[in-house]
Amino acid sequence: MLEIKNLHVEIDGKKILNGLTLTVKAGEVAAIMGPNGSGKSTLSYVIAGKEDYEITEGEILLNGQSVLEMEPNERAAAGLFLAFQYPLEIPGVATMTFLKAAMNAQRKARGEEELTPGDFMKRVREAAAKLGINPDMLKRPLNVGFSGGEKKRMEILQMSLLDPSFCILDETDSGLDIDALRIVAEGVNALRGPSRGMLVITHYQRLLDHIVPDTVHVMAKGRIVKSGGKELALELEKNGYADYVEAA
Amino acid sequence: MAAILPMRTAAEMALIERYHAEKATLPGAAEARAAAFERFEKAGLPSKRVESWHYTDLRNLLREAPPVAGETSALGALEFDDLPHRLVIANGRLVDGKVSAGVEMLPLAVALKAGRAALGVAMGEAIDSVVDLNTALCREGLFLKVTGDATLHLAFAEYVEDRRSVMPRIIVEVAPGVSFTLIESHTGPNGVAYQKNAVVELLIGEGAKVEHIRLNAGGDKALMLSTLAAKIGTEAELSSLNFTTGGEISRHQSFITYAGENAKLRLNGATILKGRQHADNTLVVDHAVPHGESRELFRSVIDGEAQGVFQGKIIVRPHAQKTDGQMASNALLLSDEAAMSNKPELEIFADDVVCAHGATCGALDDSQLFYLMARGLPRVEAEALLVEAFIDEALEAVTHDGVREALAARVSDWMRARKES
Ligand SMILES: Nc1ncnc2c1ncn2[C@@H]1O[C@H](COP(=O)(O)OP(=O)(O)O)[C@@H](O)[C@H]1O
Ligand SMILES: [Mg+2]
Repeated sequence: MLEIKNLHVEIDGKKILNGLTLTVKAGEVAAIMGPNGSGKSTLSYVIAGKEDYEITEGEILLNGQSVLEMEPNERAAAGLFLAFQYPLEIPGVATMTFLKAAMNAQRKARGEEELTPGDFMKRVREAAAKLGINPDMLKRPLNVGFSGGEKKRMEILQMSLLDPSFCILDETDSGLDIDALRIVAEGVNALRGPSRGMLVITHYQRLLDHIVPDTVHVMAKGRIVKSGGKELALELEKNGYADYVEAA
Repeated sequence: MAAILPMRTAAEMALIERYHAEKATLPGAAEARAAAFERFEKAGLPSKRVESWHYTDLRNLLREAPPVAGETSALGALEFDDLPHRLVIANGRLVDGKVSAGVEMLPLAVALKAGRAALGVAMGEAIDSVVDLNTALCREGLFLKVTGDATLHLAFAEYVEDRRSVMPRIIVEVAPGVSFTLIESHTGPNGVAYQKNAVVELLIGEGAKVEHIRLNAGGDKALMLSTLAAKIGTEAELSSLNFTTGGEISRHQSFITYAGENAKLRLNGATILKGRQHADNTLVVDHAVPHGESRELFRSVIDGEAQGVFQGKIIVRPHAQKTDGQMASNALLLSDEAAMSNKPELEIFADDVVCAHGATCGALDDSQLFYLMARGLPRVEAEALLVEAFIDEALEAVTHDGVREALAARVSDWMRARKES
């Protein structure tokens, strides 16, 4: 479903990704773990289509199609969703206005009808209730003044409303207390399914207690240095990243 | 030896001649007119050497003084259709409309001749060449005396096919305790280099509340000069928004004086410019008495090779203690050639005051754009959403939902037109 082949990425002449190769199949939940600065967020931005990066080598395929020439919105319409590590605050744009614009833009790109106001409201209300999001929050400007945890919940709300086929979660656990973590993990688990792929990026093992991955990949210095099953996460928790960083 | 005369431009000479030719028939206020003319004759049209006109070199921009626009009956579509009380002012002349109970209306000429109104009373200490020119030469306009709560839309529309000038003067006296909403819209034909110099004077009585909204949707070759002069009484409130989207060259100036204590002012601006438009918002807020509050928020979105100017001066006089003033001008530049000049100034002569100003100028935030696009919004829609939100903050001052929504819709139409071109 998602294939990354020998990806090399630079920013301002500085090499950040160094021949990263990774495949995530439909129905699979893959975890990427790695120390701070290893390039995890860079990888997620490059997949989503952020402009600042120079891709010097390699390929990213979604369902067999290269995404590198696609605009971020085209990638979104093709089914890609990135839950940001640091969701942006958008002053002056009401959360509801934004959600409606995003949902309808994707529907339009896929040649579907716009949602009726009633249908839209119903979907948002139901999804928000599942994630324990206070309806008042939806009236506020997008992410403005939200706590770290509220921002992360809002990302998962967007993810469930937009119904993507491939989800990337970049450190969704950071800033969440244990109750919030459980709610968010439930939200993510509800989206697991045979046709959907997920890439869960995290620094700590604890998220993976709640979102149990099928595969775990260790990232260091811009590459995948080891891959294994979910037991690899436990090993990392015990022994840390030092050995892998040295070896990379 | 011959006396050295200042070099006069053709426009200055024509304006001086016009005054001499019309002097005998100008309605009322002869002394005020003579004094204003004398100042104008001495100073001429302001060039960029005049500090307050530095960014808008009127002497250079106003090359000729075209004849006054004639009467017209060709009325087209007007703004803010759904407002109940509207006066239609075509080429400077009142041609249609009604006012509600609580508003007394007299033609300017009648009010001036009868001594019911005077020229320049709301200017306070401020002196300005464009206002002087209007004072010296104005014939058309209205005197409004508001004694009961009311909303009134002045729909100024120009119907001219050739270069013409219009110089309306509106004098509004708002009685103590009254709530009054005054909406001005200015429209005119594209492709015609007409000139407009409109002055609105507002005298706001004790405890009165005035909301003023001005829409500049003038023609794309028009020179749009406008002034709001206001004197705010004790515990009175004024909220004024100037929305600029039309005109080739626009300059809106606000001269606000606090005449009594505990008065409040909110002065906002929303400007959207493209092509080679130039728009200048210049304001002087004069805290002449203690306990005044002022909030200024100006938002500009500039595309193409257009230029925006903001000059804001807050004066706090020596005895105007406990003044609370905050001024901000923020500009978004949508192209590399777009430009904004920001000049906020505080002149504070009292020691127990809270005053601050800030000015910013920059492009749309790439990270915000990426975030919106990553959720599926095409670039143009993501940009429109950010631009609309940016301008919306300045529009918050408008309490009339219909008017605020109509202005917001203009921003969104403008963004849509931008992506199509
Ligand atoms: N915009 C940028 N400009 C320069 N260096 C950057 C930029 N973004 C990230 N980096 C660098 O790239 C490396 C990887 O960062 P990042 O992808 O955020 O790592 P992680 O998410 O694994 O903590 C870090 O050394 C970081 O300093
Ligand atoms: Mg990161």
